[in-house]
Amino acid sequence: MAKSHVKMTINGKPVEALVEPRTLLIHFLREQLGLTGPHIGCETTHCGACTVDLDGKSVKACTIFAVQADGGEMLTIEGMANPDGSLHVLQETFREHHGLQCGYCTPGMITRAHRLLQENKDPSESEIRHGIAGNLCRCTGYQNIVKAIQAAAAKLNGREFKEAAE
Amino acid sequence: MNDMTPNQKERADKLEGMGCKRKRVEDVRFVQGKGNYVDDLKLPGMVFGDFVRSPYAHARIKKIDVSKALALPGVKAVLTAAELKPLKLHYMPTLAGDVQAVLAEEKVLFQNQEVAFVVAEDRYIAADAIELVEVEYEELPVVIDPFKAMAPDAPLLREDIKDKTDGAHGKRKHHNHIFTWEVGDKSATDAVFAKAEVTVKEMISYQRVHPCPLETCAAVASMDKIKGELTLWGTFQAPHVIRTVGSLLSGIPEHKIHVIAPDIGGGFGNKVGAYPGYICAIVASIVLGQPVKWVEDRIENLSATAFARDYHMTTELAATKDGRITGMRVHVLADHGAFDACADPSKYPAGFFNIVTGSYDIPVAHLSVDGIYTNKAPGGVAYRCSFRVTEASYCIERIMDVLAQKLGMDPAELRLKNFVRPEQFPYQSALGWEYDSGDYHTAMQKALKAVGYDQLRAEQKAKREAFKRGETRELMGIGVAFFTEIVGAGPSKNCDILGIAMFDSAEIRIHPTGSIIARMGTKSQGQGHETTYAQILATELGIPAADIMIEEGNTDTAPYGLGTYGSRSTPVAGGAIAMAARKIRAKAQMIAAHLLEVSEYDLEWDIDGFRVKGAPDKFKSMKEIAWASYNSPPAGLEPGLEAVNYYDPPNMTYPFGAYICVADVDVDTGSTKIRRFYALDDCGTRINPMIIEGQVHGGLTEAFGIAMGQEIRYDETGNVVTASLMDYFLPTAVETPKWETDFTVTPSPHHPIGAKGVGESPNVGGVPCFSNAINDAFSFLGSTHIQMPHDNWRTWMAAEKLGLHG
Repeated sequence: MAKSHVKMTINGKPVEALVEPRTLLIHFLREQLGLTGPHIGCETTHCGACTVDLDGKSVKACTIFAVQADGGEMLTIEGMANPDGSLHVLQETFREHHGLQCGYCTPGMITRAHRLLQENKDPSESEIRHGIAGNLCRCTGYQNIVKAIQAAAAKLNGREFKEAAE
Repeated sequence: MNDMTPNQKERADKLEGMGCKRKRVEDVRFVQGKGNYVDDLKLPGMVFGDFVRSPYAHARIKKIDVSKALALPGVKAVLTAAELKPLKLHYMPTLAGDVQAVLAEEKVLFQNQEVAFVVAEDRYIAADAIELVEVEYEELPVVIDPFKAMAPDAPLLREDIKDKTDGAHGKRKHHNHIFTWEVGDKSATDAVFAKAEVTVKEMISYQRVHPCPLETCAAVASMDKIKGELTLWGTFQAPHVIRTVGSLLSGIPEHKIHVIAPDIGGGFGNKVGAYPGYICAIVASIVLGQPVKWVEDRIENLSATAFARDYHMTTELAATKDGRITGMRVHVLADHGAFDACADPSKYPAGFFNIVTGSYDIPVAHLSVDGIYTNKAPGGVAYRCSFRVTEASYCIERIMDVLAQKLGMDPAELRLKNFVRPEQFPYQSALGWEYDSGDYHTAMQKALKAVGYDQLRAEQKAKREAFKRGETRELMGIGVAFFTEIVGAGPSKNCDILGIAMFDSAEIRIHPTGSIIARMGTKSQGQGHETTYAQILATELGIPAADIMIEEGNTDTAPYGLGTYGSRSTPVAGGAIAMAARKIRAKAQMIAAHLLEVSEYDLEWDIDGFRVKGAPDKFKSMKEIAWASYNSPPAGLEPGLEAVNYYDPPNMTYPFGAYICVADVDVDTGSTKIRRFYALDDCGTRINPMIIEGQVHGGLTEAFGIAMGQEIRYDETGNVVTASLMDYFLPTAVETPKWETDFTVTPSPHHPIGAKGVGESPNVGGVPCFSNAINDAFSFLGSTHIQMPHDNWRTWMAAEKLGLHG
């Protein structure tokens, strides 16, 4: 099959490649570029394990073609850590608050949470729950994920995180 | 712990041992996307396998033509039963003593059954080639309803075993019958029922569901033809068992098979068994001499690899008028699908369903289970549950409410009245288990107090009156569930899989500088083993958890173990690691005595080393002892500090808990809101409270999914209609309730550290609790039992049946 030439920026680095027009973005990332952080959980846009950040939006990489990302600016979990290699605040708070177990949804979940906090700097619990509704987790029951995102928001807003009373 | 000096406490804290909320070591890689899952693996020359699957639930295969697929550039091979038959691999043995078709030979028996395996250079070409395989079918009548499977004129499903009159567990009664399993005293039970003051009877169905971990099943097989060695990476909850089965099936010597389970993206029972994809990947790699990857997609996962439950339980209780239970009688119709691939210890065709007398002192009981074939996917896995324990828990906890309703008694009061009393432990149940320990009354009272149970019932009463007056269209339901689990399979006296006793194992090596590597026979799928096993070792050996590495999942390096499922890691492998650590500590004591020039009997253990009794300054830390073990061991003592333990537990463990749920139901829309959910768990000694809480949250969320919406449903022609995440309910963060957790601690008397396991308790207790809440909402209107799942439509239908819609 004839291949298309694509150029994009991924995690701050320029990427150029030839891809089949039918290649899904998730397969391009995982198999051609070796970025195996985003995962495949359903291939039908439901689970969000493949979530990446493309041009300022959360995108499920199993449901767009790599050629559709041509010219785009992308962030995957591999690009989340700070330039000095230290963990991003969301990566820290997910660990701190036990917001993950098997780790399979985690890259998509953190990438989504990162965009959510750009869209809404100080979301309520309900806004967080709705904001991550496109990302499924089978292990945690979400409660600690929500807590981790609240804690990250607090930290980013220079506030001390206080757990809500039951 | 409480009488520690400040110095001792400081040293103990540094260890991050048992009881502390240690942050998980796994997370460092997971939060950076550096986990290593099967589909992340990329080997030179690796090709991809994918299945041609049956569109029909029951059909004869007239012809398979693979020529067009083989002609497609990039296609390497197409396997069918014809290729596997000469190798005797077209069928594989199941854990339940049946056989399962790897690739269908003459017939297909369920929709999406594996018919051919296409191998191609990439997954896209494989998908193209699947479309080019031409299969001619002749449709046959299907059997979907388990209640019709044993009708005299029901279609014969399993032609391959039609002449078999004896199944793995006794006589077969019908051509679609698999086994009958009976436990308990039938005549004594019948006698109690004949003269009982009060009896209740209900057909309680636990619908077919699927564990649906976020990562589907996958494998990469790589055959090195020169060395004659097979390496198999896969999503295996039990890698050693896979190696043994692989060796027995393929004839490759077991030492030449290397099974590796890397990080696993959730298992929940889905990844215990062996699936056709594993076998086909292995065969294809042997044929091609190239690594072959197989990864199922979500639809294949939901429709072909495993299912859980599908138990239809006719349940009866006998009692006195004042609410003392005198007997229990249960008959189960168990729908096993097309092949009996249940993942149970071999002697237990219905798992540990005979825990069905629950937490109650029921003097006499009888249970019979009939397993049957239908045109549905095989499986019967323990979805976050220890071998049919969640079915049993649902059965007893639902019928308890039905009895309470009939007696006009409060469900909590009925439970308190019938609980096994603390002084009765160890308690011998009527259906054959010895409960190791428990304090049910304390747990229940604590739960009732925590939620303000009496006020809730008062509020409910007022709401019901308001409903009757037409002032509200909302009903309030209070669900009470008290479960006793049976986990930690198990003692070799009653538990084996394919003849291998269900022990588990640990191997510990202390390095000269005092750091540790420990290898385990289990395999984490998200439970956090790398964190918690290290905590057990830290406390047992006085080495900081941060200096301990836990390794699992590589059969070349790990000692043989039966894997992780049925909440068995802590009860079994947790015992193994503690016992192995104690062997090391005994040797360390000899070395310390030598270094301190005293008798080892003059020494006492003190947090992180040995001290001479009465001489507080004379102390050797474990780090010092480790160094000495390699450099100056006492004369005659073997150098080094290593130990292996294979732990065969003396009994199962019996975690328990009290759960209470408050739900509000809108009778006009059928929608429900979980207002409150309180879960008290007693899992014995608590290794890491943070991880326990996380396990409880996750298990409750899965229970919520099952009770409120999950179902693998088939239409009358055998089409599976819930095979994608569009149709199969997985709760999102929006629907998922907030969880309140609590605990009591009743250590297991026989376990080395007193721990009982917790991962599955919330599912076992959660499902009946939700269901009881929904049922409780309608009970005052005369409804005794509404079948799960309690989605809006079914709940609306329940209201409709009760005439609530005018």
